[in-house]
Amino acid sequence: MSIGGRSLALARAHVGRPARAPGAAVLALAGLGVLALAVVIAVAAGSVAVAPGDTLGILLRALGLPVDRSWSPAAETIVLELRLPRVLTAIMVGGGLAVAGAAFQGLLRNPLADPYVLGTASGAALGAAVAVLIPFRAVFLDLGLLHVLSFAGALAAVAVVYRLGRGGGPFAPLTGLLLTGYAVGSLLAAGLAMTMFLAGSNLRQIFAFLLGGMEGASWLRLAFAAPLIAGGSIAIVARARVLNGLLLGEEAAAHLGVDVRRERAILLALASLVTAAAVAVAGLVGFVGLVAPHLVRLIVGPDARRVLPLAAILGAILLVAADLGARLLGEIPVGVVTAVVGAPFFLALLRGTRSAYEL
Amino acid sequence: MPPIAELAGVTVAYRERLVVRGVDLAIAPGELVALVGPNGAGKSTLLRVLAGLVVPRDGLVTLGGDPVAGLSRAAIARRLAAVPGQAALPFATRVEEVVALGRLPHEDPFRGPGPADHAAVDAAIERVGIGSLRGRDARELSLGERQLVLIALAVAQAAPLLVLDEPTVHLDLRHQVAVMELLVDLNRRDGVAVLAVLHDLALAAHFFPRLVLLDGGRVVADGPPARVLAPERIRATFGVDPAILAGLAAIDPGAPELTVGTRGR
Repeated sequence: MSIGGRSLALARAHVGRPARAPGAAVLALAGLGVLALAVVIAVAAGSVAVAPGDTLGILLRALGLPVDRSWSPAAETIVLELRLPRVLTAIMVGGGLAVAGAAFQGLLRNPLADPYVLGTASGAALGAAVAVLIPFRAVFLDLGLLHVLSFAGALAAVAVVYRLGRGGGPFAPLTGLLLTGYAVGSLLAAGLAMTMFLAGSNLRQIFAFLLGGMEGASWLRLAFAAPLIAGGSIAIVARARVLNGLLLGEEAAAHLGVDVRRERAILLALASLVTAAAVAVAGLVGFVGLVAPHLVRLIVGPDARRVLPLAAILGAILLVAADLGARLLGEIPVGVVTAVVGAPFFLALLRGTRSAYEL
Repeated sequence: MPPIAELAGVTVAYRERLVVRGVDLAIAPGELVALVGPNGAGKSTLLRVLAGLVVPRDGLVTLGGDPVAGLSRAAIARRLAAVPGQAALPFATRVEEVVALGRLPHEDPFRGPGPADHAAVDAAIERVGIGSLRGRDARELSLGERQLVLIALAVAQAAPLLVLDEPTVHLDLRHQVAVMELLVDLNRRDGVAVLAVLHDLALAAHFFPRLVLLDGGRVVADGPPARVLAPERIRATFGVDPAILAGLAAIDPGAPELTVGTRGR
């Protein structure tokens, strides 16, 4: 067997990841470096290319650094008004969905969970579809009916699922919640199908929401979503130890000092809020919230204190890159890019570490 | 010495059904106590009452002299460590990471585990003798190995009282004895009080100096094994011929001491 084979065997003895994984801080710094690089590339590239040097200059000048202006005003407008909010939106949405996904996976103790599993996606989709059908345009702070109704729909769906599905005592596993989520989701999907059937020429707009995309990004929309996503994500990261306690189940967590019923409700609310805000500005971006936490766990293990921040950075990188790809391919939906690139990559990874990491 | 844990006149009802009726039970520091009795006698419920997970309808529960009702979950976790039941881990988790979960009630909530926590995890792994399993995925271990890992988690929790709910269930005889010997050793050398729900009366009688027999939610006997497991009481409580117990112990040539029946005579 080759050296590669031997190193794989060695790695397997240690849960399929290096015995001495690099420290979380080192990984986080490296991730932030990659993210910064991705931001500059994503802001520079596009239908009108701006030289990377100029892009960096524009960004640094916008941050208040004394850089001489050596670029056209048009370039500055493109970078600062079009691309930068779009890239920052991708960072917030990708990072937020990754944190929410990790939180849902930990809360439900289910590796297949993602940010959409408890009804957020179907609620948001129905809200967005209804907004498209209403022949009435009201825009406040750059937020249209679609953003408001998808945000409200996501939260309302989770609230209904939680009310209907929690029963079974304080330590019952959340299987009931999961099943309720699927049931409510199916019902909402029926509503969505009906709305789409009635949508006629507006169908394309609904599809764009379902597939997700950053093309509607603006500073004002970012100003609505960013505080919710960032605040919610930070609050989730601060409760990482709760997710660790839940690794061995609800009763074990209680014995380890976790107020399970309370903390579970708080985390569920926070993760749903983050998801709803992300979905309202970017539509149903798929895959990032499922995959980013798993990729991080493959490297650093299940400790949520490390998984959550690193998943946020990785989710941000993935979505910035996917959005760039979507833009360069002629504004195709970003969900198509994340799925087409992400799914085979994820499958290959799972096959490579199968003995150690089973879903 | 004041008891480390005490139940006084505790009655528990699930909806209208009484599962524990007026139980008095005191555990002294460093005591080794087995809770025995038929299925549905209320043994597991008593452990959960002690940990504050079930609120009794009536009676007083104290840990370290303070009423459990007034203690936070973290404060309870520092006074009582429960060995978790075997649960499927959702993600690949190293043995050392499982043991480290025992430090949750001690860690600084914001800075995470400190040197003292790492030292406690190392010491618990050493103490339970699972050093060779450290880097393994806990999901790939045998049931017996996993039970030792979960005990190490509770040891890392460093509480003066260790409670276990049927720690030997599904284990082969060798691992059953290994778990029992570990509990006795933790008790003798570290002075940890142990309260274990056990189904195997022979094991309980052999390793535990004090047995508490529960039936129908009541304590029907409390004392040394020879007295608690008197043949007429076994017949009355479990509805079986006590000779079965003696016979089971006698056919095991590797453990001639497990002769509960003869000891009881």
